[in-house]
Amino acid sequence: MSGSHLLTTNQMAHFAASGFLRFDAVVPEPLNQAFLEEIGHSDEVTDIGGHYRRIMHSSAIPLVPAGTPLEEAYPEHSALARIMKLPVVAGAVRSLVGSHPVVDHHFLHITFPPRLTGRPLPSQHTHQDSTIDPRRAFDVQIMYFPHEVTPEMGGTRFVPGTHLRIVSEAAIARYQNIAGQQHMVCPAGTLLFVHHGIWHGGGANRSDRMRYMFKIRLCPTERQCRLWNTSDLDTRSPQKPIFWVGDALGRRDPDDVHTILTEPSPWFEADTGRLEYLNRIRFWRYLSGDDEFDADYWVTRIENEY
Amino acid sequence: MPQRQRVLVLYLSSSALDSSVIAWANYDGTGHTRPMAGDESEPPYANGVRALEDGWRLIQASPLVQHGTGEEFRTGYLKYEFFFEKLVDVDEGA
Repeated sequence: MSGSHLLTTNQMAHFAASGFLRFDAVVPEPLNQAFLEEIGHSDEVTDIGGHYRRIMHSSAIPLVPAGTPLEEAYPEHSALARIMKLPVVAGAVRSLVGSHPVVDHHFLHITFPPRLTGRPLPSQHTHQDSTIDPRRAFDVQIMYFPHEVTPEMGGTRFVPGTHLRIVSEAAIARYQNIAGQQHMVCPAGTLLFVHHGIWHGGGANRSDRMRYMFKIRLCPTERQCRLWNTSDLDTRSPQKPIFWVGDALGRRDPDDVHTILTEPSPWFEADTGRLEYLNRIRFWRYLSGDDEFDADYWVTRIENEY
Repeated sequence: MPQRQRVLVLYLSSSALDSSVIAWANYDGTGHTRPMAGDESEPPYANGVRALEDGWRLIQASPLVQHGTGEEFRTGYLKYEFFFEKLVDVDEGA
């Protein structure tokens, strides 16, 4: 499959390894403003419950039954419909969950500032959405930040590379800080695409402004195999020397899929970090349809059975 | 003087107490601080032994658990969890 707005192999490999793709300021400002107007944003809000009820009952965010095809979810000409039709968005969606994804749910997260809550509220515990999910297939969650998010506003926190871990939702709440965690500090119109398994949590809003984040969870209705622009996919996957690498020591090609899939995350444990390489390689086999793909022999070695 | 417990949880890169910290959490029974998720970007100590040197008492370490058949390669929760405590004098009249 080819197409200019589909994800590249490099982007897909990064998604396989880290569980996210970030697109800064890809939603044009007039569309951000249209979204905020449609949901009824106002700087004059004084009542948190009332603001939420007003948005829930009167905004342009429709009530969407789970399983609704994405193309039917949003009223034509609405800001959300137009955002989903942006080439970069449609291309990423198609690359990750195919041509006919369905909506699991969507939600407008509002994090209110202390001036409205009366006291600083804590950040959200680290969690994985939904429940234990051992599938190889995956859903994506699109997080849309319609306005600039400053460090004080407590943008979504997430931990790259955690998406392939099988845990049970809030069971990981004890993990307050994890090496390599990222906080969404971003310009208006930024989109974060995450694998459903990524560990994350909302930040504490220390600013004097409301923070909005609109999230859509999309489910595939087809096998997620080679849905991106695979024109640059090297299916030969040649193995390379490992450990004893001669002149290549410290000079791995950063764009090589092998390199991307075997780049450790800062939080990796010494032993299970290697299991994460296995997870990623097997995930790449699923995505690429290449059952013999391997990087640094991690999977081949343990499959060598007679 | 009454005392309250402060708890430090360190997640290390291996079962060795002197291996590096990869995740951490704080809980403060004195009520003087309110640690929360995402509030620090750098670990309080480089490894578990550094916490001992700073007066933290190790009160629990996660055991090494044999991998179940068919589950050998599954990853989930962080494996090397170490609980530390400090007992802190508090002035109840303050």
